[in-house]
Amino acid sequence: MVDTSVTLSGIRLDNPVIPASGTFGYGAEFAELYDINCLGTFSFKGTTQEPRFGNPAPRIAETPGGMLNAVGLQNPGVEKVIAEELPRMRGFFHKPVMANVSGFSIGEYVRTCALLDREEQVGWLEVNISCPNVHGGGMAFGSSPEAAAAVTRAVKAVTGKPVYMKLSPNVTDIAAVARACEEAGADGVSLINTLLAMRIDLKTKKPLLANGTGGLSGPAVFPVAVRMVYQVYEAVSIPIIGMGGVSSAEDVIEMMLAGASAVEVGAANLVNPFACRDIVRDLPGVMEKYGINSLTEIIGGAHHG
Amino acid sequence: MTQSIYRIQYNRQLTADVWEMRLEGDTGAITAPGQFINIRLDGLFLRRPISICDWDGQGITIIYKVVGKGTAALGGMEQGQELDVLCGLGNGFDVSRCGERTLVIGGGVGVPPMYGLAKALLRAGKTPVAILGFNKKEEIFYEDRFRELGIETTVTTVDGSYGVKGFVTDALPEEYGYFCACGPLPMLKAVYNAAATSGLLSFEERMGCGFGACMGCSCRTKYGNKRICKDGPVLEKEEIIW
Ligand SMILES: Cc1cc2nc3c(=O)[nH]c(=O)nc-3n(C[C@H](O)[C@H](O)[C@H](O)COP(=O)(O)OP(=O)(O)OC[C@H]3O[C@@H](n4cnc5c(N)ncnc54)[C@H](O)[C@@H]3O)c2cc1C
Ligand SMILES: Cc1cc2nc3c(=O)[nH]c(=O)nc-3n(C[C@H](O)[C@H](O)[C@H](O)COP(=O)(O)O)c2cc1C
Ligand code: FES
Repeated sequence: MVDTSVTLSGIRLDNPVIPASGTFGYGAEFAELYDINCLGTFSFKGTTQEPRFGNPAPRIAETPGGMLNAVGLQNPGVEKVIAEELPRMRGFFHKPVMANVSGFSIGEYVRTCALLDREEQVGWLEVNISCPNVHGGGMAFGSSPEAAAAVTRAVKAVTGKPVYMKLSPNVTDIAAVARACEEAGADGVSLINTLLAMRIDLKTKKPLLANGTGGLSGPAVFPVAVRMVYQVYEAVSIPIIGMGGVSSAEDVIEMMLAGASAVEVGAANLVNPFACRDIVRDLPGVMEKYGINSLTEIIGGAHHG
Repeated sequence: MTQSIYRIQYNRQLTADVWEMRLEGDTGAITAPGQFINIRLDGLFLRRPISICDWDGQGITIIYKVVGKGTAALGGMEQGQELDVLCGLGNGFDVSRCGERTLVIGGGVGVPPMYGLAKALLRAGKTPVAILGFNKKEEIFYEDRFRELGIETTVTTVDGSYGVKGFVTDALPEEYGYFCACGPLPMLKAVYNAAATSGLLSFEERMGCGFGACMGCSCRTKYGNKRICKDGPVLEKEEIIW
């Protein structure tokens, strides 16, 4: 029997497969389709202090090998998430969940994280400093090592839970941002968020998305994500959650060889609602095919020395 | 919602750019007329949402207009080919809300779901009255199918080349108890403004998933934020914010 388990900051996952924030809601839609306890965990929809409607429609556009989204962090706000979503989640998900948090000021990140810190169901905080679809905040914090470190320090001060900083690929040196997060006390980093992108409608001759720009994700970004995970692995010694275009068990293994301790799957869930279940099912067979006995042993395996 | 493979039983052209396709497969997830399916196509990342026009225990009929890559690919498919489909998406029309004499109003490729609705209303012992709007005579489809149901059917054309000249709102009867509508946004707005009764309207939006996971299709309503794919596509007249 091969061993698919991995560990993230002391919490053992049965496997490294984690649906990515924003593509899995708060789990309920998928729990109707399959028993989501087969997953390592999942990262719930980016949650902010206040409820948010997000951006005007259209928010979605297709691209070769992927999609753009400009949802703009629509969520019911942290209080409602704690009062309604987490209790409901308890009915169908029995593992620690990853709480994805966004904010528009350091104070907002701190308040939202402090509230989620009290929730027993929350295993990790994944702090999104890389959303390209909101103005004033979001990606701005992930764009410079200093700002990323400031958010990290502030959040670490109010929680005992492991903090994973979710990084933006829209920077010249992602390794520098990761290093700054590590130095500021982050327990790990998650990458990549979506790549800032645009499509233009030939009929209207205007951007397809009402927001103008959106975030690119899906298979098209996979090699970019692998490269960034590889670079960040060389720069830090905290665990990395790798994501970007993952859609198969093979992709999970490639991401782990690059340096990921666990792997998130985003856009693939939207086109194949059973994508994560299928990846979990396929992993042991693919591991055997490539002579891998334990996933933990292959983390960073592509690096020399 | 179910995900399964459907076999194309036929794929035939109704007008210059509108096709009717019959898919054989599991229809157990369909709970109401006006629901839709989401079709995966080779080489295209996102699925394509198409309304269920009609269904029975063996399969589904859809009608689609070729407007881009995905619908063009559908138009090129043949009998026997297979499609990966998410079935039974969205809320659909709640037949129990519909009055005794309910107008079913369809415009262009908004006509297909109204056919399944008309059949469901008949099954429920009600009297649907159909108003079908098209641009011109050459674009008309399914008029005969509505008439075969034995229901009062009026066709409108914008250029007056067939039936009543004008829009669907130019053919509203004196008396009716409720209305259901599907069609382009300007038509829905016109119906909303002209209708004398309460009713249900079916909307379109760009979709990421089609089953409520991504918040890609959200809209504001008087009853709160809704996802067109999961809480819609059918909304009540009273809740709509234009
Ligand atoms: C709930 C619902 C039911 C629908 N029912 C029908 C139907 O019964 N018959 C029919 O002909 N059409 C229907 N449509 C519209 C149909 O989904 C689009 O025409 C189709 O997706 C276009 O795909 P394409 O690849 O040919 O066009 P492209 O323009 O190449 O598509 C590019 C992207 O935009 C999306 N898109 C383009 N137009 C629309 C649109 N109007 N609505 C939503 N997404 C769009 C596509 O899905 C795709 O992701 C429905 C749409 C929705 C939301
Ligand atoms: C529709 C959509 C919504 C997203 N919302 C969030 C979010 O709320 N918070 C976040 O940290 N990332 C969000 N993301 C980014 C994903 O979590 C992930 O980082 C990115 O999509 C890359 O992975 P993928 O290529 O597998 O989709 C979203 C992505 C998509 C497609
Ligand atoms: S399209 Fe994903 S929530 Fe509606």
